[in-house]
Amino acid sequence: MHKATLPKELETTGLGKTARKDKWLFEPLWTGLGFAIFVVYSTWGALNPGPAGHPYYEWGPYLSPFFSPLFLVKAWPDWWPKILRTPALFVLWAPLGFRATCYYFRKFFYRTYLLDPPGCAVGEARSHNYKGEKGFFIYQNLHRWFLYPAVALVIILFYDGVKAFFFADGFGIGVGSLVLIIEPILIALFTFSCNSFRHLVGGNLDCYSCSFSNRARYQVWGKVSLLNRNHMFWFWISLGWVGFSDFYVRMVAMGIWTDWRIL
Amino acid sequence: MEKLIFKVYRGDSGKGELKEYQIEVDEGMVVLDAIHKLQATQAPDLACRWNCKAGRCGSCSAEINGFPKLMCMTRIDELPKGNPITVEPMKAFPIIKDLVTDVSWNYEVNKTIPPFTPKPPEPDGTWRMQQKDIDRVQEFRKCIECFLCQDVCHVLRNHNKHSQFIGPRFLIRVASLEMHPLDTVDRRELLKDQFGIGFCNITKCCTEVCPERITITDNAIIPLKERVVDRYYDPLAWLIRQLKRVFKPSAK
Ligand code: SF4
Ligand code: SF4
Ligand code: FES
Ligand code: FES
Repeated sequence: MHKATLPKELETTGLGKTARKDKWLFEPLWTGLGFAIFVVYSTWGALNPGPAGHPYYEWGPYLSPFFSPLFLVKAWPDWWPKILRTPALFVLWAPLGFRATCYYFRKFFYRTYLLDPPGCAVGEARSHNYKGEKGFFIYQNLHRWFLYPAVALVIILFYDGVKAFFFADGFGIGVGSLVLIIEPILIALFTFSCNSFRHLVGGNLDCYSCSFSNRARYQVWGKVSLLNRNHMFWFWISLGWVGFSDFYVRMVAMGIWTDWRIL
Repeated sequence: MEKLIFKVYRGDSGKGELKEYQIEVDEGMVVLDAIHKLQATQAPDLACRWNCKAGRCGSCSAEINGFPKLMCMTRIDELPKGNPITVEPMKAFPIIKDLVTDVSWNYEVNKTIPPFTPKPPEPDGTWRMQQKDIDRVQEFRKCIECFLCQDVCHVLRNHNKHSQFIGPRFLIRVASLEMHPLDTVDRRELLKDQFGIGFCNITKCCTEVCPERITITDNAIIPLKERVVDRYYDPLAWLIRQLKRVFKPSAK
């Protein structure tokens, strides 16, 4: 029906083709790099739970979030690949699915890794068949299905966070306790600033003043909308902190770092 | 007064070039002023569209240094120094001449959206709604139809999906109707199929360029995507609908 034909001077196709003069490459570069580091570390961490009898995912009252809730398998079946014998397997699918279908993550992923587009008003690779989220990426519509387990995970991580204050000799505060209590707070801020959550608590209503429950949901929706404005920030800070929490517990469990007891 | 180099597109959809001009600029001038000066002094046949010079009419959309902007709202002293300043027409639409593009496709798209259809009035013959019911809709009504968001959207700009995707400007129009407390039409099937909301991959360039600062993606497109999910991709919502049907057979 409509196709804008452009003279050569104004051509928009071609990877990275743009008349922009600002530093548009900066954001995809740092976020792309940051995320790649996280993926490499978390894959390595999840696949390296440590030797039997001396796991690297727990130490004293601390439990790494990569492995929580902890499902221990007494004996893996022989045919099960050795590299996949890790309790993280039972847990990580949920946050992974939640983040991989997150609306902010989609923006980041399409721009940075799929270069579709690499930046605003920046050209894409020639001739590729773009279907957006109508073709293969239609699974992105399942985001809500990962939201439900993600909410459950917030509760579990809070439980772990509180547990991290109860040592063998009673209540105490270690640096690890603080690391592991900040972590569920950040995860909660990320989870409850989710766009699907915002929709479910009140975004799906058309009339906020029409009933008592709608008025109450309007209040909640307003608060969630405030959080939602910084969803990108919560995404990154919670991602980084989860990685750091695992790293901290691992270092202490391996005996490389000593957990400093404040109380 | 300072002399700056401008590179302005001269031509049409078939052929053209970025022509270099030296223009004397005063403090506080916007790009549209420079274009007007160019018309007055060096290029009387230069075509550009404008009307209000105040960011209200949405006519003077162009691409300044490669970024979609209103010419009348872009101060020259805010652009990086030392480079020629490029002024090109929007690239998602056919070029009529120089900086003027044919945006009529947008008006055709607009006609395909089922209009506002209010429920019957209350017994006293009036409709009532409260401010908090229409706050969301009012954000979308700020749109000045500059079509910069349509221009930057890669679905239109790079993939030429004009026949399958209505673009961010019209997604916000649909959002303003769907979220309206009095409207009765369900446009979700249209959104999914004919309007092609699935083509949007939430890369948010529309939000970045909107001169009215409408949070197009987060406040309109994502909520619409979620409404489509409600209807087509959420088994829990499906189950609840079925149960409602069983227990309240008269409910629609
Ligand atoms: S967020 Fe969607 S509508 Fe907006 S520019 Fe990106 S693809 Fe287009
Ligand atoms: S939504 Fe914003 S960018 Fe798009 S047409 Fe309206 S005012 Fe212009
Ligand atoms: S977690 Fe990012 S939108 Fe839901
Ligand atoms: S001239 Fe009206 S918006 Fe620029």
